[in-house]
Amino acid sequence: MATQQIRGVAPDLLERYEPVIGLEVHAQLKTASKIFCACSTRFGDPPNTNVCPVCLGLPGTLPVLNRRALELAIRASLALHCNVQESSRFARKNYFYPDLPKGYQISMYELPLATGGWLEIEFNGARPDKTGTSKRIGITRLHLEEDAAKAMHEGFPDSDRNSYIDYNRCGVPLIEIVSEPDLRSPAEAYAYLTTLKQVLEYTEVSDCNMEEGSLRCDANVSVRRRGAEKFGTKTEVKNLNSFRYLQHALEYEIERHIGVLESGGQIEQETRLWNLGAGRTEPMRSKEYAHDYRYFPEPDLLPVRVSAAWKAEIERAMPELPGAKRARFIHDYGITPYDAGVLADTRALADYFEAVVRAGAPAKTAANWIQTELLRRLKDAGKEISESPVAPAALADLLKLVESGQITAASGKKVFAKMFETGQPAQAIIAAEGVSQISDAGEIERLCREVIAANPDNVAKYRAGNEGVFKFFVGQVIRATRGQANPQLVNDTLKRLLG
Amino acid sequence: MSTAEQWTVDSVRAALGAKKVSARELTTEYYARIEKQNPELNAFLALCPERAYAQAERIDGKIARGEPLPPLAGVPMAIKDVISTRGVTTTCGSRILENYIPPYDAWAVECLERAGAVLLGKTNCDEFAMGSSNENSAYGPVRNPVARDRVPGGSSGGSAAAVAAGLAVAALGTDTGGSIRQPGALCGVPGMMPTYGRVSRYGLIAFASSLDRIGPLATSVRDAAAVLGVIAGRDPNDSTAAAVSVPDYLAGLQQPVKGLRIGIPKEYFAEGMDPAVRQKVEAGVELLKCLGCQPVELRMPHTDYAIATYYVIATAEASSNLARYDGVRYGLRIAGSTLLEMYKKTRGRGFGSEVKRRIMLGTYALSAGYYDAYYLKAQRVRTLIARDFGEAFGHVDAIITPTSPVPAFRLGERTAEPLQMYLADIYTVTGSLAGVPGISVPCGKTPAGLPVGLQILGPRFGEASVLQIAQAFEEAGGYTI
Repeated sequence: MATQQIRGVAPDLLERYEPVIGLEVHAQLKTASKIFCACSTRFGDPPNTNVCPVCLGLPGTLPVLNRRALELAIRASLALHCNVQESSRFARKNYFYPDLPKGYQISMYELPLATGGWLEIEFNGARPDKTGTSKRIGITRLHLEEDAAKAMHEGFPDSDRNSYIDYNRCGVPLIEIVSEPDLRSPAEAYAYLTTLKQVLEYTEVSDCNMEEGSLRCDANVSVRRRGAEKFGTKTEVKNLNSFRYLQHALEYEIERHIGVLESGGQIEQETRLWNLGAGRTEPMRSKEYAHDYRYFPEPDLLPVRVSAAWKAEIERAMPELPGAKRARFIHDYGITPYDAGVLADTRALADYFEAVVRAGAPAKTAANWIQTELLRRLKDAGKEISESPVAPAALADLLKLVESGQITAASGKKVFAKMFETGQPAQAIIAAEGVSQISDAGEIERLCREVIAANPDNVAKYRAGNEGVFKFFVGQVIRATRGQANPQLVNDTLKRLLG
Repeated sequence: MSTAEQWTVDSVRAALGAKKVSARELTTEYYARIEKQNPELNAFLALCPERAYAQAERIDGKIARGEPLPPLAGVPMAIKDVISTRGVTTTCGSRILENYIPPYDAWAVECLERAGAVLLGKTNCDEFAMGSSNENSAYGPVRNPVARDRVPGGSSGGSAAAVAAGLAVAALGTDTGGSIRQPGALCGVPGMMPTYGRVSRYGLIAFASSLDRIGPLATSVRDAAAVLGVIAGRDPNDSTAAAVSVPDYLAGLQQPVKGLRIGIPKEYFAEGMDPAVRQKVEAGVELLKCLGCQPVELRMPHTDYAIATYYVIATAEASSNLARYDGVRYGLRIAGSTLLEMYKKTRGRGFGSEVKRRIMLGTYALSAGYYDAYYLKAQRVRTLIARDFGEAFGHVDAIITPTSPVPAFRLGERTAEPLQMYLADIYTVTGSLAGVPGISVPCGKTPAGLPVGLQILGPRFGEASVLQIAQAFEEAGGYTI
């Protein structure tokens, strides 16, 4: 959140108007096959290779629900504290478009899979309205549906005349998560989306890859005069497919609403599209959205029944959620809330941290090294934590050497750099390069005596009361060992000899 | 009826086993019959001799090697053209699918071929199974083989006519509101609608998904039972196909019917029935009494609402099911300067007037502001109708009604009045709405020589007792009553 460069809605406007935002998030479920057929969900395959009669909607074909998709949707529902309905129903949403091969999308309407949940968003100590550090955002509903195909209107030699359609994405399982209109600023919306993404990733419900379209977001936006009870007229803003667009688009739309109202106008209830290039929202042509979807229960699928036993089983297998993990890290490892927040950012990183601690490294040291050394180098190398060349146990071995004083922290960092580069264990690098910390008291004393003998002037200054000179002696000894001397031992020895 | 030999499943089996005829010869014989009669009857829209002969060769190979024969070995069959057949044009009687060749077989088609049946070709029908006379086919009407100036009924008119004319030993039809039973009655052959969920709909091109069923037409109840036994059962491709075990229908046929209680619902014998039909059906009931069945007078109070209910639900589902014919991926496409224009032109020219009428009715019934008044209300009435049946089957083993209020009418006689045509389904839509099984069996002929059908309805998954009563009725001379 802190890295975002946000212009922000003009504060004087916000003194008079309160934004009201609800988000509709579509997340692709992490299943191997599509929601109603056995075709692969793999991204990036050649167009129209992951298709069959069912997902092409050929006459006579019928959908059969992918049980794994249902399981993941239930898991997401439970992670968002929703009531999973004992019986829910698929419905048909009817409209014509070439990316929709049946002329309807199988979704859920009157009886969604789950309702009435919440997600707690945190502001790392700086909530915009300064009233606290967290806020519960209501989840209205969560339901399952199938994705549409991808229509391509550009990039072909005959694109001026023809469009192409790739049906690989058609029938990929999605969940739609609809929030209550509980969000009161673009920053809250941003926090909600990041937190939701984190929960979905943690629970392995979705990989939430926005570039590949596996997480998509639409927003319902309105403003009202501060103190007013009634919501203003809302607009729906579509195409908010990156975190940055979300905030920019919401700010634009909020200011537009206020502008219209301030000049005595009225907001028209409509669907608008975020135009990234122009940096503004634009109304969709009415034909593109003015649908009567004629929803009715999907007769080709039976009602979805979720038994209490199955729900309990999914609940039992639920991984620890981000909030619980942060709390546990603070409590169990004594690390700061900030460090816990960074380390619990993803499940992979949290698992890495805990593996380092389990392998014997002190928690606080591990927390520091991971954040400073490991994450920085991973970022520079453009790698994920799962691709780290330094395994948790290897990092723990290094940290144990540092902790026991066998090498200095400074040497440790150099050794770590080599480990990251070569993938070799710390011991091997130290043996090869001689960076083992010199802790032999006799050797240290010999070096100290040499330095003292070579610098009589500074010895005199020190003895005359210039304590600042002491650092000079320490530095000389450390340099003579190319950084390998145990600093504490050098300190003690010099104090004794100069004393 | 053709003067040529009337083969049955059993006689085919016996002749093949005794090597009196080969499957190939039998296939050739049926194609010869089709070649001779189809130009007039128009029962078949497409033939698939390559596929048929390949299957016949397989059966003859089994016979030559002395292998056991599957239950429908070598039986020449016809498939209604709303059922998908791999590599064989499947038009649904519509221009919009004139050039459509499915890349897969319907589950029922797979079952038939696995059971050794030889599929001769695809039979004519009302466009997308919408009609009661087969006059809504884009490829011309079918003539009733019994009276060639008359309709064969619909929508499975081609299948009924093919069987009645001896152009196939048995055929698959589909029944949404009466489309197997009514043409069976009008052509004088048994036609069976199984319980909803008894036969997989996978590959059946949908008209109304919650009502559509695949079932057999044959020249005898026994053959209908043999075909049903092969196509019934669970299919992982159809979520609505029930995991209810399939009894041996053939073995159950000879069970005695003495003592079975048959319900006679008053509402089905009210006004509007042709007197000749009434006379035959009442004689049919008398025959069942003679066989020892106990008549029970029934009230089914929601019967009057069935036609209205049916036409709301069926058209609503159809409006959605037929949305996919948009010219984008397969079938007819008429180019337009915009996407919308392509849609309008393609659908405007591709669909016939009855299909368009039903799409509009159904679209209206599902529209915002009308959904509750039409679709939702219709679903509630449907529940009440199903309850009528549920309660009735608490007292009786089967319900006996006429199949159609009138015998086969003349071609063109009713086409001007769609509502009048919808009333042809008055006795059949109730069973469709309730999801129960029913068969129409021949029940004599009117003085004009037109076949009459008797409908026997049973409880859900009660096909065995329906077939058992039908068999007893047939054996006792129901055909010639």
